[in-house]
Amino acid sequence: MNRFARLSQLLSPLVAVAAAFLVGGLVVTAIGENPFRIYAILFRGAFGSIDAIGLVLFNAVPLIFAGLAVAFAFRAGLFNIGGEGQLYVGAFVCTLAGLALGGLPAVLLIPLLILASAAGGAVWAAVPGLLKARFGVHEVINTIMMNFIAVGLTSYFIINMLREPGQMTPQTSEIALAGHLPRLAGPLSRIGIPLPQANPLNFSLVLALAAVWLAWYILYRTNLGYEIRAVGMNSQAAEYAGINVRRTIVLAMLLSGAFAGLVATNEVMGFRHRFLDNFSSGLGFMGIAVALLGKNTPLGVLLAALLFGVLNTGALEVDIFTDVPRELILVLQAITIILVVVGNEVFARRAAAREGRAAGVPLPATEPSREA
Amino acid sequence: MFELAVLDSALRMATPLILASLGGLFSERSGVVNIALEGILLTGAFASIVATYYTGNPWAGVFAGVFAGILISLIHAIVSIVFKADQIVSGVAINLLAMGLTQFLTWIIWGSSANSPPVQGMAHWSLPETWGPVARGVNTVIGHYPPLVYVALALVAVSHVVLFRTPFGLRLRATGEHPEAVDTLGVSVHAMRFAGVLMSGAFAGLGGAFLALNTHQFVKNMSAGRGFIALAAMIFGKWNPVGAFAACLLFGYAEAVQMGLQGQAVPTQFVQMIPYVLTMVALVGVIGRARPPAAIGKPY
Repeated sequence: MNRFARLSQLLSPLVAVAAAFLVGGLVVTAIGENPFRIYAILFRGAFGSIDAIGLVLFNAVPLIFAGLAVAFAFRAGLFNIGGEGQLYVGAFVCTLAGLALGGLPAVLLIPLLILASAAGGAVWAAVPGLLKARFGVHEVINTIMMNFIAVGLTSYFIINMLREPGQMTPQTSEIALAGHLPRLAGPLSRIGIPLPQANPLNFSLVLALAAVWLAWYILYRTNLGYEIRAVGMNSQAAEYAGINVRRTIVLAMLLSGAFAGLVATNEVMGFRHRFLDNFSSGLGFMGIAVALLGKNTPLGVLLAALLFGVLNTGALEVDIFTDVPRELILVLQAITIILVVVGNEVFARRAAAREGRAAGVPLPATEPSREA
Repeated sequence: MFELAVLDSALRMATPLILASLGGLFSERSGVVNIALEGILLTGAFASIVATYYTGNPWAGVFAGVFAGILISLIHAIVSIVFKADQIVSGVAINLLAMGLTQFLTWIIWGSSANSPPVQGMAHWSLPETWGPVARGVNTVIGHYPPLVYVALALVAVSHVVLFRTPFGLRLRATGEHPEAVDTLGVSVHAMRFAGVLMSGAFAGLGGAFLALNTHQFVKNMSAGRGFIALAAMIFGKWNPVGAFAACLLFGYAEAVQMGLQGQAVPTQFVQMIPYVLTMVALVGVIGRARPPAAIGKPY
């Protein structure tokens, strides 16, 4: 990759975000509000206090997991739109284990529940992976279908079998206390950061950062990661190089689903301590946006998730203190995605043109595309 | 389970699905994946209520729904055909955009984050009672559906003819199977794909208009996954109008039965899952393999 291409890798998400804010500003102006005031309130809502920053991080954590899931599969040339379903199943398995294994000490139960979350997501993602590897069925449709199946199944079990006794809310009882992830307010205030005790930020943040490192390590420092990236770049070449493409596809989906399932560490182990029916409302889909904005790299996912955490947290303040509804943020995020994908293509083509000129070869007529 | 009331509501449930899945068909047959159907439905629903709210005429709403569907699908067309960006990503973004924009504008226009005020629905078509017993007979059997139900049924036949009996349909299908061949013969691949995607916008926008006018108001996220069920029906119907139509009837029937089953032995969640499970089964090929167009998803 030449320098221009490298630079454009970094540039296109930044340009997209800036342009989305510009368009959002125009929308705000069109409805008769001052965009600078709205954006000032947005960022004050996100950075105005230690509590707000804690909320930004708390909101970013599930997006980091969901984004890693999409980015990881993407590296193998797979489009995992099933993060939503996978995180539901992960949370469900985690909750079941947390309800059943009440007798265990925290040292055992916490790692077990983390594994259960990952395993639940992995199993749900493995199905489309296997169907792709065995029958060649495109994973996009199957992951979409399995989202709805996961929501329906978990909803059925929560409402009909696992509902907390005496409760109208469709939710389970609380999982064993030993399975709760501690909040970060305590340890942080001991080292001089006065995060309020009520702030929901918990140890899942540490797990999310570890997951970012793990995704990077697997992708760039292991044989499996090499195989995944090879299959993603050119599955035929990988096949001829002796890589078992089918096995790689299934493993990539398994790991991708595991990342999605880990959302449960924040939602179940760290925050609600139970499974609430329909708790996610689209985290899995936001993961797609995060992965795209982060260029499908682990570090990029972290940064994009933080940006979305800022937007989601600041949106509440905008909602409360102005006449602009918080849905403005959804519009901003959608415009960002569209501009990022368009920007990627434009930059990629310009980079290819430069490289082509330098090497004296003609432009390729079409971009290489993923096989549908 | 086969009472007239259930069949009746099955057809109403199926109508937005039929329209959206026919739309999806034109897009996918031209080689452009369209998972934006959900967002187009929602946009069409919203626009139809806005227009009806301001004009008091539901037909204005119908046209607004179609127009808005075409507009938002134009984004999909430009992003995925002109800029050759990933079609699935574009679809995801449009779904998100539709969700955000409709809620945003619902708040701006009506000051509510949940729904619009009720508007006038569509009058039903029926024969004058003075025509005698025959007219009354016709009215009791088919006279109690909103007009768009008949439009949807007619469009199934029209779509079949257009796709399989006209030069346009042949070119559209060829573009989805082998764009190089179409290009070689001097037909513009981009133009065919634009046509396919914009038609999907018009059809799904119409479906959204029906959905909202049938409920007499816009409710946030009222598409509620129907775009994806329509996608499922299109696949289950093997990318054929008649097959998709049959699948939509089946899924609409499941939805109607499920509404009648509240609190009964069969859990509603399982009935709701039927379309999704059947689609996965169809793709694997247990009951005859569903095969997508060969060049689908590949920019040209």
